[in-house]
Amino acid sequence: MTDIGKSGAAVGEPVAQGSPAPTAFLEVRDLKVHFPTDDGLVKSVDGLSFQLEKGKTLGIVGESGSGKSVTSLGIMGLHTAGQYGKRKAQLSGEIWLDGQELLSADPDEVRKLRGREMSMIFQDPLSALHPYYSIGQQIVEAYRVHHDVDKKTARRRAVEMLDRVGIPQPDKRVDSYPHEFSGGMRQRAMIAMALVNNPELLIADEPTTALDVTVQAQILDLIRDLQKEFGSAVIIITHDLGVVAELADDILVMYGGRCVERGPAESVFYEPRHPYTWGLLGSMPRLDREQTDRLIPVKGSPPSLINIPSGCAFNPRCPYADLPKDNVTRTVRPELAEVGSRHWAACHMTQEQRERIWTEEIAPKL
Amino acid sequence: MSGNPEKSAVTSEDKAVTIPAQSGGATLKQGPAQGETLLKVTGLQKHFPIRKGLLQRQVGAVKAVDGLDFEVRSGETLGVVGESGCGKSTMGRLITRLLEPTAGKIEFEGKDITHLGVGGMRPLRRDVQMIFQDPYSSLNPRHTIGTIVGAPFRLQGVTPEGGIKKEVQRLLEVVGLNPEHYNRYPHEFSGGQRQRIGIARALALNPKLVVADEPVSALDVSIQAQVVNLLDDLQEELGLTYVIIAHDLSVVRHVSDRIAVMYLGKIVELADRDSLYKAPMHPYTKALMSAVPIPDPRRRAAKSERILLKGDVPSPISPPSGCRFHTRCWKATETCRTQEPPLLELKPGQQVACHHPENAEDQAPQDTVLLSAATEAIEVVTVGGDEPAKTAAEQTPEPETSEPEMSEPEASASEGSASEGSASEPPASEPSVPEPSGEKRVKE
Repeated sequence: MTDIGKSGAAVGEPVAQGSPAPTAFLEVRDLKVHFPTDDGLVKSVDGLSFQLEKGKTLGIVGESGSGKSVTSLGIMGLHTAGQYGKRKAQLSGEIWLDGQELLSADPDEVRKLRGREMSMIFQDPLSALHPYYSIGQQIVEAYRVHHDVDKKTARRRAVEMLDRVGIPQPDKRVDSYPHEFSGGMRQRAMIAMALVNNPELLIADEPTTALDVTVQAQILDLIRDLQKEFGSAVIIITHDLGVVAELADDILVMYGGRCVERGPAESVFYEPRHPYTWGLLGSMPRLDREQTDRLIPVKGSPPSLINIPSGCAFNPRCPYADLPKDNVTRTVRPELAEVGSRHWAACHMTQEQRERIWTEEIAPKL
Repeated sequence: MSGNPEKSAVTSEDKAVTIPAQSGGATLKQGPAQGETLLKVTGLQKHFPIRKGLLQRQVGAVKAVDGLDFEVRSGETLGVVGESGCGKSTMGRLITRLLEPTAGKIEFEGKDITHLGVGGMRPLRRDVQMIFQDPYSSLNPRHTIGTIVGAPFRLQGVTPEGGIKKEVQRLLEVVGLNPEHYNRYPHEFSGGQRQRIGIARALALNPKLVVADEPVSALDVSIQAQVVNLLDDLQEELGLTYVIIAHDLSVVRHVSDRIAVMYLGKIVELADRDSLYKAPMHPYTKALMSAVPIPDPRRRAAKSERILLKGDVPSPISPPSGCRFHTRCWKATETCRTQEPPLLELKPGQQVACHHPENAEDQAPQDTVLLSAATEAIEVVTVGGDEPAKTAAEQTPEPETSEPEMSEPEASASEGSASEGSASEPPASEPSVPEPSGEKRVKE
């Protein structure tokens, strides 16, 4: 089914390959998700590693096409089941959840975990919820798949969950259909469904992108409270740096299917060590700062995942691509290197160069 | 400009403004001087009928836009913010006359354009252009970029100096595209590039007013900044006037000179950018701004600054009585429920429609009893003493009303006063409060 264990050379991540004793609750090692297409191999995720502990939140940030959503689907095992065109996605690497490797596991085993140990909140609740079934039926189904209980108990549980996520009159609304809910309520219902089995890993893929800002604040608050209550590990995937700053303990910045910077939220926001992260920080207007005259955009557009630029994937857009010697940015792919405590970045510039550019050129303009 | 039908009832104050004649060339035009009113909107309404049954009788209406008054001055950028369904896009389509207003009046350069027909609008289309949200659906996939950007010239029968092709290539260069891509099709471009094509098309005839409906929301963060900067540069170079409609408050702050905040078809606050962001007066504006996630992990601890509105925006089919925000407002009183607050200028350059504004004198100080809904309306309000002018002098505390837990000024004040056990109904109609203006609009 899947093509497992082709670990190959360790692709520059600070995780030793093949060591079978992961200490973290979730550990992803050198994950690759490739899709064969008529135009060529789409390398959506190309060597990604990270760890996540229970009770912690990891924010994955990146632009569209950076591979962030594919990562989450890969962890959930939704690619092995699905077929894209006539060809299957090719996955490699290792995903360890609570001591169990998922990519090499039997799909039936993974299915048992899905929904119970790990669950997911999708971006667009209207297309993720089934329009023909009431909200209650869908939550009951999610619960009864994993728990041997009668319908009444399951229904009680559904009402309880709807109440917990802040849906008014849950005993009545449990029989409503998705179209009767507003966007924010649907997202709440999805969260209720995702949490009905007390999963230990919750993946939220752009959970608030389709919502208005006041509703977004409600949902982010809810996710934060629920995490505190259930102590789950949360991966939040978003393009909005504001959202990750609200929720995430650690941040992973993706570009062109790879991690370009990873570290604690504070370090990534205050001492970013990758030009792409600088670009992201410079491109967004901020309400908490004085008005700046101009934004500092990243020139160009994101790369095609079929033709990822050689060397550093960011080099065509990087204003500092010529700083390192011997054209190395265009020929050699930079590996993640430690730039601070638990903080890694993949850039050819020397640590000193980056520190200087950040403190002298970038930070004052933000 | 003969396409003006007899219905353009020009009011006395507007007679002074002369309409500059359209010149033949696309580039030769003199707009009104900087700061003059370019577009004036009074009592604008748009109700979409809901029809049901065999006879398609009208059973109601979606009051998408329900009485707007504002003006756009030449050379400025007016930002319009609000949540989805507040009518901001409908407003944009009304002022560009892509939709027929139900009531109200739109004046462009002093000329009433409210009910101009297609032919009557045509000469004006040159002056009013639109940039759309979705760069994928707003470009015809079967037309080349050259055809798309050149279409305005052909439609208006304008031949620019040097020919259409040359002018289109110049425009492509202006918006940062390669002029050699003249013969390419939209699918060959990325989202950001397509948005640039849309901008080039809007600029083709050198318009005076550009209405941009969510110009960057479909774009990636790094591309958003490129387009925002481009809009900035073009305004500076060409002296454009923008109406920028967006839901992203930080983008709106970045681009706008003045900002209108909309809620359920009404403007609740209209103010200069700095006044609005430093001292918002309408509770909704305040809640909206506090809800924006700040990209700063150190601010996370300061969660108490956040005002968390409960519930969703009510349906525009039957908007709440009185102040439309009263169902979600933590300051709502009986007056708010019964009387619609007019949009008043409480500070120079800051208009607000609220009985109990923040950062300003209370408009209905005698009415201090919170609606029971108001105490439930909010989870966290720790307003750090930023309402100095709270004159909650005499009040009739409502016994049933549970006190809000947080330090709400009215609530803490009412605690102190002796309970006069009276009246679950507080004094409803206050003579000092002016009549709501919105409902009284003449429908013609």
